Amino acid sequence: MSILVDRETKIITQGITGKVGLFHSQQCRAYALEHRPKDQVMVGGVTPGKGGTEIDGFPVFNSVAEAAKKTGANTSLIFVPPVACADAIMEAADAGMRLIVAITEGVPVLDMARVKRFLEGYPKSRLIGPNCPGIITPEVAKIGIMPGYIHKAGTVGLISKSGTLTYEATWQLGRIGMGQSTAVGIGGDPIIGTKYIDLLKMFQDDPGTEAILLIGEIGGNAEIEAAAYIKEHVTKPCAAFIAGQTAPPGKRMGHAGAIISGGAGTAEEKMAALRAAGVEVAPSPADMGEAVKRAIAKRK
Amino acid sequence: MKIHEYQAKALFAKAGVAIPQGIVAKTAEEAAAAFKTLGGSIAVVKSQVHAGGRGKGTFKEHPEQRGVVLVKSADDAKANAARMLGSTLVTIQTGAEGKQVSTLLVEQGLQIERELYLGIVVDRETGLPCVMMSSEGGMNIEDVAHDTPEKIFREHFDVSLGFQPFQARKLAYALGLSDEAVKFAQSFLPKIAKFFVDRDCSMVEINPLVVTKDGQLLALDGKVTFDDNAAFRHKDLAELRDLTEEEPTEVQAQAAGLSYVKLDGNIGCLVNGAGLAMSTMDLIKFHGGEPANFLDVGGGADVKQVTEAFRIILADKNVKAVLVNIFGGIMKCDTIVTALLSAYDTVGFTVPLVVRLEGTNVELARQMLKDSGKKITSASDLTDAAQKVVASLKA
Repeated sequence: MSILVDRETKIITQGITGKVGLFHSQQCRAYALEHRPKDQVMVGGVTPGKGGTEIDGFPVFNSVAEAAKKTGANTSLIFVPPVACADAIMEAADAGMRLIVAITEGVPVLDMARVKRFLEGYPKSRLIGPNCPGIITPEVAKIGIMPGYIHKAGTVGLISKSGTLTYEATWQLGRIGMGQSTAVGIGGDPIIGTKYIDLLKMFQDDPGTEAILLIGEIGGNAEIEAAAYIKEHVTKPCAAFIAGQTAPPGKRMGHAGAIISGGAGTAEEKMAALRAAGVEVAPSPADMGEAVKRAIAKRK
Repeated sequence: MKIHEYQAKALFAKAGVAIPQGIVAKTAEEAAAAFKTLGGSIAVVKSQVHAGGRGKGTFKEHPEQRGVVLVKSADDAKANAARMLGSTLVTIQTGAEGKQVSTLLVEQGLQIERELYLGIVVDRETGLPCVMMSSEGGMNIEDVAHDTPEKIFREHFDVSLGFQPFQARKLAYALGLSDEAVKFAQSFLPKIAKFFVDRDCSMVEINPLVVTKDGQLLALDGKVTFDDNAAFRHKDLAELRDLTEEEPTEVQAQAAGLSYVKLDGNIGCLVNGAGLAMSTMDLIKFHGGEPANFLDVGGGADVKQVTEAFRIILADKNVKAVLVNIFGGIMKCDTIVTALLSAYDTVGFTVPLVVRLEGTNVELARQMLKDSGKKITSASDLTDAAQKVVASLKA
């Protein structure tokens, strides 16, 4: 079992004729073919003005609505440049995509404020990202830029703000024989489509998920909200790691959202809140996999 | 991107946001002339640096001189300006090294009735911009939030709809403003909120926002930070950037497409991905070392970028060892090692280098490192890498 991505998932790429969009569409297609050779998972792409053409076997459409109608796609993967990202997300929602995964990095924050309001009118569409590695249900479908082969099917639900740190955690889990039910990169921007608490709820309800690993970082208070939610609603074992324990205040650490401002949003306060909620917090990034193991052992 | 107070105020004025009369001065003579032009019996001379705490700050060269002073004559303005210009202002925000002052803002003196606080930021929880006001003008808002949170009032607003007059009235009445000032706030607050949206700000702070004796609201200070992601639609703002206010290596890194933040430790690190880069700093600290920097080389990590990254790390004289931590996913480890080896030669390494690689083609990559004959220590995992780099300092 899994969340958000399953065997019904059919994906199109917005921005498929760009270099990066095409490369990752090919990677996602190869991943699907390897695990489900009989199914059509990556079904095409959209680039306005290039409708009716084909690129490396992917049919290209002018609009998401047309692509959805002709291919039955229900999921969109977005690689358009930052200037066009908000528009692409809104188009995907309008065309009825139930899952929209925005990889694009560098979207203006106020564009996301507008998008977030717009999406309130489309309750059936869920946005993941932007500025994220995407989402993968191992051995079922990969919708993003993560290296597919490091993910093994299993029972850990993974939620993370960061890309390579997620790969690191996945790698550590693999070394102790644990796979993921679904791994979701929610993105490192201040305003994102889906937050920890939305996903915590889904993992709690997913019978295929036995434990949850939450990877956070400095900035904002989403991890503290998550801690409060876990305390109230999550009965499954949870582990966490917060990046940026040594980050100086007032400096943006790569991600647009990773900044300690006014003394708030520190790793310390987030770790304390998670610990108080009964979460097994990894003190070192080398300890993420083991922390999951300890969280499970504690509940048994 | 941050800008100076005088630049922020010029933009405020263009947006119809009321500011005091002021003149920019770059020499002591200009400061004296500004006093005369303003025509009042008093004026305020303000150092223009990005850091806060200027009023209480003092100059290294003139310990008695404050960063913001009230002057009563043109000669007074001139004498103060002469001490301030070209001198180094140290405030609670500049660090001990301080900031050199090259520009002053000379402003009219005002009959002030009250000092308020106004801030606008994007609230991550709701995904909406939020106007925050407090009766405690001039105070640090974080301290007010901590000590007397009941004195802060907030109004969120929709980016497309803008800030509504009723919201301005809500805040104004909550702050107990006079009838004249409430009227003024109804036009002032929607205008500053519109400025925030129109210019894609990530923060606007007016502290203090003053209420004059005749019920006007004026932005006595102005701190503005723009959202760098939106720079593409505000090309006119680029010229407001003051590179002397930024860490030179951080500017150099940005130009090379690297994300770099200088820290105080002695172990340099080069990592792919922001989250992993932050974690690598944490890891070094966890094992008793001190990170010298945050550096995210990005997803590509080609020869040019890695070379530039090494140059930037090694330019920091505190750096006594370097840790490279790469998780090669789509980008294969052997590709990265090729870049590392080439950069190693170009840069001319003199400090220990520990490399930890994981991911695609890692065996081949490790063999390449071994066969290179260079003094590079290979590490098997995160903990091993941290222990080795910390130990290399003691060797």
